Amino acid sequence: MSESEKRAAGPSIAEARTRLGALEGREYWRSLEELLETEDFREHLHREFRVPIDSGVNRREILTLMGASIALAGLTGCTRQPTEKIFPYVTPPEELVPGVPLFYATAHVHGGYARGILAKSYEGRPIKIEGNELHPASLGGTDVFAQGFLLNMYDPDRSQTLTERGRIRPWSSFLAAVRLALEKERPARGAGLRFLTGTVTSPTLQKQIAGVLTEFPEAKWVAWEPAGRDNVYEGARLAFGEAVEPRHAFGAADVILSLEADFLGSGPAMPRAVRDFASRRRGENPNRLYVVEATPSLTGARADHRRPMSPAEIEAFARAVAVATGAIASAAPTDPFVEAVAADLKAHRGSGLVLAGESQPPPVHALAHAINQALGNSGKTVTYSEPVAGGPVNQAAALGELARDMELGRVSTLVIVDGNPVFNAPADLQFGKAMGNVGLRIHLGLYDDETSRLCHWHVAAAHPLEAWSDARAYDGTVTILQPLIAPLFGGKSSHELLAAFSNQPEKSGHDLVKEAWSGKLPGADPDLAWRRALHDGLVEGSALPAKAVRVRPDFTSEARPAAPDAGLTLLLRPDPTIWDGTYANNGWLQELAKPLTKLTWDNAALVAPATAQKLGLTTEDVVELSVGGRKVAAPVWVMPGQAENCVTVHFGYGRTRGGRVANGKGFDAYGLRTSTGLWAASGLAVDKTLRRAALATTQHQYAMEGRDPVRAVTVDAYRKDPGVVARLGEAVPGPTDTLYPKLPTGSYAWGLSIDLASCVGCNACVIACQSENNIPVVGKDQVARGRALQWIRIDRYYKGGLDDPETVHQPVTCMHCENAPCEVVCPVNATVHSAEGLNQMVYNRCVGTRYCSNNCPYKVRRFNFFLYTDYTTEILKLVRNPDVTVRSRGVMEKCSYCVQRINRARYDAERENRPIRDGEIVTACQQACPAEAIVFGNVSDPEARVSKAKAQPRDYGLLTELGTRPRTTYLASLSNPNPTLAPASRAEEKKNG
Amino acid sequence: MAQIFHRSTNTISRVSVFGAVFFVAALGWLFDALNRSPYTTQQGVARVQPVQFSHQHHVGAMGIDCRYCHTSVEKAAYANIPPTKTCMNCHSQIWTQSPELEPVRESWRSGRSIEWVKVYDLPDYVYFNHSIHVAKGVGCETCHGRIDKMPLVSQHPTLQMSWCLDCHRAPEKYLRPREDVFTMGYVPAGAQQEIGERLRAEYRIRPSFELTDCTTCHR
Repeated sequence: MSESEKRAAGPSIAEARTRLGALEGREYWRSLEELLETEDFREHLHREFRVPIDSGVNRREILTLMGASIALAGLTGCTRQPTEKIFPYVTPPEELVPGVPLFYATAHVHGGYARGILAKSYEGRPIKIEGNELHPASLGGTDVFAQGFLLNMYDPDRSQTLTERGRIRPWSSFLAAVRLALEKERPARGAGLRFLTGTVTSPTLQKQIAGVLTEFPEAKWVAWEPAGRDNVYEGARLAFGEAVEPRHAFGAADVILSLEADFLGSGPAMPRAVRDFASRRRGENPNRLYVVEATPSLTGARADHRRPMSPAEIEAFARAVAVATGAIASAAPTDPFVEAVAADLKAHRGSGLVLAGESQPPPVHALAHAINQALGNSGKTVTYSEPVAGGPVNQAAALGELARDMELGRVSTLVIVDGNPVFNAPADLQFGKAMGNVGLRIHLGLYDDETSRLCHWHVAAAHPLEAWSDARAYDGTVTILQPLIAPLFGGKSSHELLAAFSNQPEKSGHDLVKEAWSGKLPGADPDLAWRRALHDGLVEGSALPAKAVRVRPDFTSEARPAAPDAGLTLLLRPDPTIWDGTYANNGWLQELAKPLTKLTWDNAALVAPATAQKLGLTTEDVVELSVGGRKVAAPVWVMPGQAENCVTVHFGYGRTRGGRVANGKGFDAYGLRTSTGLWAASGLAVDKTLRRAALATTQHQYAMEGRDPVRAVTVDAYRKDPGVVARLGEAVPGPTDTLYPKLPTGSYAWGLSIDLASCVGCNACVIACQSENNIPVVGKDQVARGRALQWIRIDRYYKGGLDDPETVHQPVTCMHCENAPCEVVCPVNATVHSAEGLNQMVYNRCVGTRYCSNNCPYKVRRFNFFLYTDYTTEILKLVRNPDVTVRSRGVMEKCSYCVQRINRARYDAERENRPIRDGEIVTACQQACPAEAIVFGNVSDPEARVSKAKAQPRDYGLLTELGTRPRTTYLASLSNPNPTLAPASRAEEKKNG
Repeated sequence: MAQIFHRSTNTISRVSVFGAVFFVAALGWLFDALNRSPYTTQQGVARVQPVQFSHQHHVGAMGIDCRYCHTSVEKAAYANIPPTKTCMNCHSQIWTQSPELEPVRESWRSGRSIEWVKVYDLPDYVYFNHSIHVAKGVGCETCHGRIDKMPLVSQHPTLQMSWCLDCHRAPEKYLRPREDVFTMGYVPAGAQQEIGERLRAEYRIRPSFELTDCTTCHR
């Protein structure tokens, strides 16, 4: 009987529930497959790298090859070094010392909002992104997109030239074409001229567009961001009568209620929000987070109390909390959860915070504003300012109007500035078809994509690291974006494109941005002010001032609760790793396991276990989703914690002209997205097909069989008895209970501490590590075989029932065991211990026996089964860190504690004849972490931050009962449940299940 | 029955059996010798450069300090091959018509780099850092030889790992005071072992078991 037949529909989820009830000796589980002990799961557990059985080579051939290999081994040592050349500068650039990196402050603009970054550059080539500590949206942290967007710059699939109907043209002929078009538009005062941009927070671009609109008063500016903030502004308009931008102070909030607001996973303030939130999770003065949401998110995973609810239930819930907190007057039925949340919010007047997510309809936002005002939170944990972005407030409405105008032939010139509306506009607008009626279509973009195919002119865009620009952060703070490198393919920035429509078409991006800021920067000396803004990565005092707003007394009459849906609801969300499709051609982000599903290279239709049971679906069944006559085939993913009767799909996949990495991956969920159902649509039909899809997930790879590697306790329990964390594990052998020889003690003892109470599982460390350590991408097929190479993995554990489990994330890297099991089994001494406690990997010695990985209890070693690194594509060589060896086929690799950074700090210290200071070495993962969950340092120095972290009673090591003495240890996760609601769902689940 | 083989066959077979052992050993020796020979290591092989730049003239005769050209030797991993600008500092004034210097002037005019041939070429998995060696009292001469006597530079040591380890295992054999790092023809003012041990303590050079850790040079 085949595996698929065995898993055929229904009973498996019921069986999983039974097995979950009978789970003995441990609380945490990783996946349904683990509970069911499927063949696939067992295979990964016992044969971690899954060697293909049908390798196409027979026994004789293998013997021949082995014989030849032995005979020819050693001959590789006979190669002479080829003659290499040195190309020194003719005139050396100022400040540049070859081999010493320079850091430039700039910003990563995501969804229109800037997050401050420092780009690390070697000899003029950016190779790594780090957070900018001065920038309010970063404070030193980054997210996966900021770490990953660097790879897009070196993407060989980027469009490399300016084309008109596919023919290469010089910039001058483009300018001439624009002149001609403008002259035609002039008599009608630009009535047929349209500009379509993403969300624009750039003051320079806003000024440029305003300039064009003054000259052509009838022209229109339309902005479209697929994961836009229309609902936020419409909600504010409903509550206050005007569109304002709410700004949240998570650090100041004691009680937070999130109405599906995923502020820890996405959102304009993402790195900063995580930093502020995590600062209140470490034990002292803990905050409490309630989350109601339809589909599991990173914010939900960190919640002290989470309830899966359908969109209609969320609105009813928000209304009930508003009633219970006195924000609106109405009689509504209450339940204990509403009562408890409302009581908690009322007990923390002025330090509570209610916020609603972008996916929530305007009334929910309005209710959140009303509750905040009623409880005196406004002005304290939440403040308001003018919208940070310019352009139309309701983007969906503006885009709809544009599509209608195009259909009616009212648009003669359409300029698409860095967008892909043919792919990502709501399906009902039929944007691509409507574009056919436009006389002249111009597209600026990084890729020759779905939209550029339908445009006359395609202008290759400059990557944000190649061009001058500016952008505002969530609070309005302006960063001036500076280029790190001249455009690799001669691309143009959006400013240079817009200049073509002004009377200064040849002006450079630098001059345009500098001119827009002349006289506006703080400080007496304009040149100094400009340099200072560039150096700091922000313009001092440019944050938007707070604005006092009052909730309109009559807003409740406008907010009608929607009738609860019968049947299934479709939910549409941006993908957690490739976002709205912008990063679809980015191998790092494609291969990054999604934080909750641990899926790679694909999207899926997320279905709650109970719904799957009802519909007879299992993971990997292909279903046809149809809503409003639109149909898309999608593989099912049974998602614990998903709201019943809600099916979530992530948009961004299903690209047809996205590039070699993007094309053909996943399904196009935009096909189901309409302008009336941007985030949710009712009346979904799910039809099971006979097909099954193969999804590559890492969730049951690298399992530590039958153990509880994560420890989580409540703050109260920990306060009462700090020893509780240690007792959760088994007895640890003493330092002398070993047969291993004692190693010499070096000048330093490197160690790492990871705080699970702070970690939100955002994956920023994974991409930072991949970028820093030249880790190649292996592809979907290899990931499915357990051969992904990332040196950090984030394990996701569930606790409790299938329908609403608690979630804990745990980053796992090489533990650098003091008694390392890998070292003793290596036949060629390729992995050895350093005096400072590093478990070193010597690639040149490695012959690929993989014994070390077999013997590693943590499953953190990665093997190069093939030549995964691209040795031939020239441009990809530029993205690699020159400080780290590029690995070839047949060698093992793993986390090195960023030894290149240790050595760099050591050189700096030793040149000055002093010891390395605490905090001088920052590993790539630590630098990227927005939650400050990772601390690296010298554990032999009791004053070091890492030693202080490890001295806490909630410090524990993974599988320390084996006597490995890992140098990487964890701080147990803490939760702060509401005593009136505790104990959490486990007991209820047993009752119900 | 007559013997098929002559008695001498015994000797031949003995000789060939033992001979095979020696032959394999000789082959091993040959391979090893080849591996250590200048044919493989390029030790002592003068390289033809686009400009026949003479260190003997510039360092030995004129006494220009190493750091005038190799500017980052105290700051970075690379000592830095000087930019054309450095050559032109003097050669825009002197020897301005010399045909020998035409590639330099050509580079200056066109803005294209002079393509020097790398003499000290370490494998890509070795991360050597000049600045730390200079700071710890390893003289230029220790690795690069009497540069002041080389008309064309050739590689002084074998650059094989055993040569690196020789010093990393016992740096005191080679250390000199920091002020003599750039001196050519340095002679220790006493017993090298004694001076070396004193400097090793003074410069806080790490113990050899740390200096020979793999990650000291490989990452």
